[in-house]
Amino acid sequence: MTHEVVLELLNVEAAYGPVRALRGVSLQVRQGRIATVLGSNGAGKTTILRTISGIVDPRKGSVIYKGQDITARDPAWIVRQGLVHVPEGREVFPLLSVRENLLMGAYTRSDRDAVARDMEQVYAYFPILKERAGQDAGLLSGGQQQMLAISRALMARPVLMLLDEPSLGLSPLLTREIFEIIVRINRERGTTILLVEQNANMALNAADDGYVLENGRIVMEDTCAALREKEDIKEFYLGMKDAGVRGERRWKKRKTWR
Amino acid sequence: MRFIFKTSYDQDIRLAKHGGHQFWYGLLLVLLLAAPWWLPEYWLAQLTFVLIYGIAGLGLMLLTGYTGLFSIGHAAFFGVGAYAEAILVAAGLPFPLAMACAAVLAGAVGIIVGLPALRVKGIYLAIATLAFGFIVEEVFARWESVTGGNAGMMVDTPALFGREIDSSGGFYFICLVTAVLCTLGVLNLLRAPTGRAFVAIRDSEISAQALGINLAWYKTLAFVLSAALTGLAGALYGHKIMFLSPEQFDIIQSIDLLLLVVIGGLGSVHGAFLGAAFLIAMPQLISLGKDWLPAVVGQAPGLQVFVYGVVLIAFVLFEPMGIYGRWLKMRTWLQMFPFYEKGMFRRQKSFQKSERLR
Amino acid sequence: MSSKRDGKGGAGEVLLSVRNLGVVFGGLRAVDDVSFDVRRGEVFTLIGPNGAGKTTVFNLISRIYQPGSGEIRYQAEGGEVLLTAQPPHKVAALGIARTFQNIELFEHASVLRNLLIGHHTHRESHFWGELLFTPATRRAERRAREAVERIIDFLELQKYRDLMVSGLPYGVRKVVELGRALCARPDLLLLDEPSSGLNVEETDDMAFWIHDIVRELGITVLMVEHDMRLVSRVSDRVLALNQGQVLVSGTPTQVQASAAVVEAYLGSAEDVVSLRRPA
Repeated sequence: MTHEVVLELLNVEAAYGPVRALRGVSLQVRQGRIATVLGSNGAGKTTILRTISGIVDPRKGSVIYKGQDITARDPAWIVRQGLVHVPEGREVFPLLSVRENLLMGAYTRSDRDAVARDMEQVYAYFPILKERAGQDAGLLSGGQQQMLAISRALMARPVLMLLDEPSLGLSPLLTREIFEIIVRINRERGTTILLVEQNANMALNAADDGYVLENGRIVMEDTCAALREKEDIKEFYLGMKDAGVRGERRWKKRKTWR
Repeated sequence: MRFIFKTSYDQDIRLAKHGGHQFWYGLLLVLLLAAPWWLPEYWLAQLTFVLIYGIAGLGLMLLTGYTGLFSIGHAAFFGVGAYAEAILVAAGLPFPLAMACAAVLAGAVGIIVGLPALRVKGIYLAIATLAFGFIVEEVFARWESVTGGNAGMMVDTPALFGREIDSSGGFYFICLVTAVLCTLGVLNLLRAPTGRAFVAIRDSEISAQALGINLAWYKTLAFVLSAALTGLAGALYGHKIMFLSPEQFDIIQSIDLLLLVVIGGLGSVHGAFLGAAFLIAMPQLISLGKDWLPAVVGQAPGLQVFVYGVVLIAFVLFEPMGIYGRWLKMRTWLQMFPFYEKGMFRRQKSFQKSERLR
Repeated sequence: MSSKRDGKGGAGEVLLSVRNLGVVFGGLRAVDDVSFDVRRGEVFTLIGPNGAGKTTVFNLISRIYQPGSGEIRYQAEGGEVLLTAQPPHKVAALGIARTFQNIELFEHASVLRNLLIGHHTHRESHFWGELLFTPATRRAERRAREAVERIIDFLELQKYRDLMVSGLPYGVRKVVELGRALCARPDLLLLDEPSSGLNVEETDDMAFWIHDIVRELGITVLMVEHDMRLVSRVSDRVLALNQGQVLVSGTPTQVQASAAVVEAYLGSAEDVVSLRRPA
């Protein structure tokens, strides 16, 4: 069963001043599936999401969403098209309450009743948010803030959700919980998700399609099922090394050719 | 392209990092020393003002550009220095001693502002300094017995070694020597732990503190040094203008000083003098341009202030690194030619965090 | 993965002693009656979920916060010191340096500058000497530079030395922050989530740096960490916190096996397969 392409990046190049973050990235995200981009910090993962949501303007290339060119458009307009970005590091509004944060998520919407229903749905996913609805978001723990950030994005009724490192700074237990919810959102609501992650283990199991990003270029792309079995991925991203032979050798002494 | 081959740490510690530096700055110094002979009188006077405002700008640059503490009331220190110098010289104190005392007095006033500044950050500090500027201006106006109030006071010509310096050339040299000494002093501090502590406070107070930098001490020191430098400039200013009145040290003067450092290039010593040159040159350019503008615009009062505002906005929007920043970009282009990439310095959209969260 | 350091280090004297530490923020007990000792020469790790109070403990040790109750005693060179009575800027001079979870580098300065600022507590020049840049100041500057260069060599940062910190890759910035803390020549190094944001290779490197820091430089390490593989690899002893209170303390193997820790923090081992889309 082929799914249509909801989002496509064509040869996107982006830079911050003299630093080239993306050097020609092309990828596709299909309707109803979860796609993930793996890579270490500095590989350019966050830049990809920011380029899609309009926070960063690419130097070259284009971003096509639902068949329309949205390259370098106004971020607020992009949200209204159903493309919502959950930024790295949560970025909740610390001086607003949890409930107000959620309402801000629905800022671009005018259908009040549906917004209220969505808020109930969000509280069902994350009961702790309902408990703390009146509390300032800045007082929440990291994990709770991540839940709030995801919920806030949900309040915009996204067709496509961009998630930037949801596991950042979270404990193993919480990371698992968050990923369960992410998968649930996709299965129950059909929301397409583009997920950028460092925790390759979680990402490769939760997602359907994967891209590996190194130094601003896509170096591998396949279904996650296939990626999980690839030797290079197993060694460099899943940390499954043969103990003993390579275990104690330092990377610097091994990779002098890089 | 210049390749600098380093063989000792001294090359990094030195002020002139390579032959090119030594040559160009040496040439500059020679030109400046020879100025009374090759510059017409009018332009020599303007150059003297550039040096005076350069020293004042150096003071503000140290505080704002290097320590990150914004002050929109710096004209107060300018005025304290000017009035102190005028009063001390009139009381018979020898000129160099009076200058030193004026600087020290301005520095002492700097402590008064510096102390509350320790508790207050960002825009709130700027507001506090703004208020301080107004207060000091009022003091100049009301304390008639000392400052002559709104009627103003005359400033005697300075006398060195018994001889009066009444020629513009002579006074120019005094300003040049002062400017060079002040610049060297500031550059010395900046390449030493004190200067690095200032920069640390600007960039990240929390880690500066974690590394053993006493915030209160260094912030106060920054205020004192900044006030002293600006006060010293004020003392020279008084002698040049020869007549002081409180409205010369009002909010407009403070904004001029801030304009100077921002347009010159925040965070660089060059910026202080480039900004001063800009500040002195602008009115000249406006007067020259007035003739070509339709009368209703050219003769409008406040034209100068309007143009300043437009230029400041233009710099903030298009060249936030100031004149010095623009020069650095040009120099990079020249050095990297033909490998310069368009858009090397292009800025991305930026998103501001609220002051309340910092 | 079994720990390589289970209880090996940590036979030395007590360097840092935390007793009944407590602090309240906005009605919430962020740290509640926490006590532990850090021994000279060991790697002691604090683990626990977000909001457990780990970074708050760090901030109490580096005196950013004032505790509401309890005390911290530290064995400085000159004798035992009541750390909780010291102002924040004295901490570095006592021999305690730290890194920050979210990297607090001096963005508008080069790597070298950042490291030189790290050396600040050991400066030998004074204001007037610096203003005139006397020969004594010049010699002091040279010595500072030499000391910093030793750290640059240790962490292999040579090629980044003169580059602006703001343009560097994240992994390098993390190492620069580590270097900056080392330039303060601490006896006790506080590492706040050293592996956060790093990939597998970089985390391995970090493990090696931590080993070197303890073995070659003789520095004691107290760290907060989420990556359990790193924790197992480098730690001698581990303390698990949850909601501001101590859950369990012991060797890495003991703590990871503790039921309380599994329930509150670790979750059942890697049952991620259930996340996959059914075929």
